[in-house]
Order: sequence, then structure tokens, then C-alpha cells
Amino acid sequence: MARITMRQAITDALREEMHRDETVFIMGEEIGVWGGTYAVTRGFYDEFGDKRVRDTPISEMAIGGAAAGAAMNGLRPVAEFMTINFALLALDAIVNHAAKLHYMFGAQMKVPVVYRAPGGSGRQLGATHSHTPDVIFAHFPSLKVVSPGTPYDAKGLLKSAIRSDDPVLFIEHATLYQVRDEVPDDEDYTVPIGVSDVKREGSDVTIVTYAQGLQVSLEAAERLSKEGIEVEVVDLRTLRPLDMGPAIESFKKTFKAVVVEEGHRSYGVGAEVVARLQEEAFDFLDAPIKRVAQLEVPLPYSRELEQMALINPDRVIEAVKEIL
Amino acid sequence: MDKEMLLDWYRQMVLIRRFEQRSSELYQQGKIGGFLHLYIGQEAIAVGAIAARQEGDHVITAYRDHGHALAVGSDVRRLMAELMGKATGVSKGKGGSMHLADVERRYWGGYAVVGGHLPLAAGIALAEQYKETDNAVLCFFGDGATNIGYFHESLNLSGVWKLPVLWICENNQYGMGTTIERASAVPRMVDKACAYGMEGKQVDGMNVIDVYEATQEALQKIRSGEGPQFLEMLTYRYEGHSMGDPLRYRTKDEVEKWREDDPIGILERHLLEEGLATKDELEEIDNAVEQLVEEAVTFAEESPLPEPEALFEDIYVEA
Repeated sequence: MARITMRQAITDALREEMHRDETVFIMGEEIGVWGGTYAVTRGFYDEFGDKRVRDTPISEMAIGGAAAGAAMNGLRPVAEFMTINFALLALDAIVNHAAKLHYMFGAQMKVPVVYRAPGGSGRQLGATHSHTPDVIFAHFPSLKVVSPGTPYDAKGLLKSAIRSDDPVLFIEHATLYQVRDEVPDDEDYTVPIGVSDVKREGSDVTIVTYAQGLQVSLEAAERLSKEGIEVEVVDLRTLRPLDMGPAIESFKKTFKAVVVEEGHRSYGVGAEVVARLQEEAFDFLDAPIKRVAQLEVPLPYSRELEQMALINPDRVIEAVKEIL
Repeated sequence: MDKEMLLDWYRQMVLIRRFEQRSSELYQQGKIGGFLHLYIGQEAIAVGAIAARQEGDHVITAYRDHGHALAVGSDVRRLMAELMGKATGVSKGKGGSMHLADVERRYWGGYAVVGGHLPLAAGIALAEQYKETDNAVLCFFGDGATNIGYFHESLNLSGVWKLPVLWICENNQYGMGTTIERASAVPRMVDKACAYGMEGKQVDGMNVIDVYEATQEALQKIRSGEGPQFLEMLTYRYEGHSMGDPLRYRTKDEVEKWREDDPIGILERHLLEEGLATKDELEEIDNAVEQLVEEAVTFAEESPLPEPEALFEDIYVEA
């Protein structure tokens, strides 16, 4: 085991898969000569050459569509959107094309493409650069949407995504790139898509979360523990297909839940999780299920204002205490 | 031109026209649902261009896609079954008129979001380049598609990466009911290609021989490493944009004028004048096509609907 950053974990997964399979290649804006705006693909251009490390023009619609087309015709492209905010330009290529073709053409074709998209807020980038639009993509059946919260999961899930025959949107939270954790170094492990995971055990309240929300929740859990409150933290890891099993199991033990997500509260992951919990475990409900999410504002630039709108451990602790 | 080849093109064009006429009737009888976009008037383009492809070349087009499916040689019965939403359809009844595909024949289908398939074509071509083959992609689209971002991003990408794509603009003069003059800053579609390093060429899209020769020449250029090419096929659709089009935007005189240059008529005259076929021979083809289409209609009508279980099948490759 080595302690590496999530950035390194993602880099390793990409490099290992490119060595393993000749049909895997990467494409996107500034991923080659520049080395990636978040430095995830630094050195790849020299290592693999311009055939497999393809700098593109600033053309999100073409990146989304051409990656899908290459996948239809036998390759395994990993296309990077510089940020998930720009992936909105490719929404049609991703959800209306990549994610529809297998079903719509009666399984005549498959589209094994991975779209990588760094996302997340809290970096003073203003309203257009700070979205967490994960649920927009997760709304559509037939697209897989993955968003890891730890280096271990990031590496294992990205490998699964690249090997998957289905289109996958892989959302990387930019503020998590520096998070360090244990990752097996020699082992060629994968983490399955569509399987949630209990990241911390506890008996008082269940927290359901993912991605950056996981780190916020784990910090809150640590502080609550010092006060004698033990929360169980369930990491969804994949938003679609959504595995509610561990969350429901945990809820049946704690009877109380808080959903923590970075995106806006309305129509969010929390809304979905709360609905599923009451549908499938209504008799276990002991208190209102709380949602900790981004306030309903376009994110402002000013640091103080921006932070007011975002989730943090204090807000999670407050929500837990409200329902104890 | 080889007589057998010309007679086959004649047969294909008559097949497309008859298929479309029957589809129109079946739509009016309520046996075909959704949207139905007829290819009548444009037959020479799909037939002539696809005839010029080599075995490994790919075909992809927009939602007016019946003609291309027939020209690649798809089973007429399964195409008709798809229009009727039957389990035996090429797309198992899940695609409909606008989404016919036949991947075994390297026909990637019809795409109903204008311009959406252009980057797919670029990607399919990229995969051929990556695999170091000499195969190309024939990507068909309408004049309306030249105004959407997809067009510009895809042509640019194909130019930058020298992708083996033949961009084939079927200019039928209207994007739905809007004339080119009202929608495009330049009236000649071919003038948009130069911005992406392609010379481009205008072709009489009503003349199947012209279409064939221009396509062959363009594919040759692609295979000899000259990069992507662009053809503008001048044509006209006789029917409305789709069924139920009130046709308020054009005159009957205009339609009649174009009908004088009917693609099937042009080839028929050529065959007769050059002594390559007799009226009887052509009539025999017409009758055979009539029978083929009727068989397809019977097959489609008698085919089962998809089973309820099909609703949840094929959402993912891996469940």
C-alpha cells in the first residue's frame, strides 16, 4: 500500500489501462502538450505519443460526439472535459447520443466511452465555473455516473469505467485531487460501478453522501464522535445505477438520516435518497430526514459569500443534532 | 458506365420511392406512428454515393434515413417492420422511422437531432485512422445542419486531424419550412467548407451518375491522404418536411419545376436513349420492386409487437 493523492490515483489508472489495452486513448483540451489543466495527464504525451494522447480544439460538442463515435467503432476513448461546467455544452452528445444508441438501435451498437470531468465548487471561480450538475446527468437511464470520494475508489472505479462497455461519466471533484489515502500499488484492483460503500460505522445517525460530501461528512463524524455521537457514513460512489442497499440497511439500524451533497438542494441527490428511504423503509422513520446541500443561489465570487452557500462540517453537525 | 450497375441503381431508386409512397399511405392509415420524413426526390444521392463506397466504408445520416438504409442493402421487410414498431424491426421496434440502423452493413443509422451525428461520424473516422485502415465515412446531412455548432466543430476537427470523412450535404433548399436565404449567411453550402481547409464541390444531386462520380473522386482523395472532403448535392424533396407539413412556404410551380428533373426520370431517359434498357425491362424492375415492397408490408403487418420484457432490455450492455 502507498499513500497517494487522488490525482495520482487517477493518473495511475489511466496509465495502467493505456498500457493494458491498445484501444484506450485519451482526448481533450490541453491534455497533451500542456499535461492537463489539473496535471492529471502530465507526461502522457511523451510517453504515449500524439496518436493516443489527442489535444482537441475548444469544441465540447465535438469532443463529446467524436469520443462516442470512436467508441461505436471499436475504440475505448477517455475524453476529458476541462471542467464539468463545459460538459454542459456537450449535454446533447452525452445524454442524447452516447447514452441512447445502444437501446435505441436495438443493441446493434455499444458505446464504451468514458467522459472525465473535474467539477466542484469552493474555488472562487464564479457562477459559471462552479457547478455541481451531477444530477442532471444522473437523471437519464442508460448513462452511468460515477463520482468517487477517495483515492482508492477513484482508481478502482476509473478502471471499471474504462473496461465497461457502457458510456460512463466520471466526475472528479477538483478539491479532492490533493486528498491522500492508501491505494494498493501492485495490485490490479477494480471497484465495481453501482455499488455503495459504508465508509464509517456508527449507530446513531446515517449520513448518505458521495464525492466531496464524503470528506465533509467524515470530518463531521470525527467531531461528533468526540461528543459521543456515532454516525454511519454511506458513500454512494455511483449516482446511476444507484445502489441504495447499504443506505437502507444502515437506516434500518439508526432510524435517522442526513443526506449530504455539494449540489443544490432542489431536485438533488438528497431528494432522490429521501424518497427511496421513505418508499422502502417507511416503518423505520423516526425523524425527518435532513438534507445538507448547496444554497439556492448562483455561486458568487467573493470568498465569504461563496462559503456561506456551500456545505461544511458545521452544517452537517447541526443537521445531525437536529434529529438526534 | 456498366449496364448492370445502372440498372441496379434504377432498381434501388424505384425501391426507395415505392417504399416511401407505401410508408406515406401506412402513416395515413395510422399504422406508422411518430414522425415520418420522406426521401422522395432525393433518391439519386443515397444510391449514387453509397454505390461508390468500398466494403469497409461507413454510412451515417440524419432522420430522413429510409433511402440510405435501402441503398446499403438492408432487408426491406425489417425496415418496414421498424416503421411499424414491430419486434422484427432493424432496431427491434425501439428506434422507428428516424432511427434505422444496420451496423452489420456499416450503416450507423439515422439521427434525429440536427447535426448530432456529425461528431459521431468524425469519431467513427478517427477509429479507422487509429486502426490504420483505408476506410472512410460517408456522412450525410441536410442544408439546415450547416447552421448548427455541431457542423462547425466537427468539420474543424476533421480538418485538424485529417480524418477520413466525406461530408455530404444534401441541399434540398429548405430546413423544414425555412429557405436557405432566410437561414444561412451564405447561399452556397460548399462555401462553408473552405473555412475548414476543404475545397468542396457542388454536384447535381438529381443525377445519380454525377453523384456516383463525384463521390468516387472524393473518396479517392481521402484514401490518398488529402484529408476530409465536402460535397454539396443540389436536390429537392417533393413531399413536405414530414407528414402533416402544410407546405405554406413554397409554390406548386416550384415543385413542378423540380419534378421535371426527377432523378428516376433522368436515369430512365439515359438508359433508354443509350439503348441500355428497354421499356419492358424497366417495367419488369418496377413490378419486382412493387412485389418486394408489398411483401415487406405483409411481413411487417404480420410481425409481432415487442414483448413487454423488451422495455427494460438493452438499457446497459452490462446490467
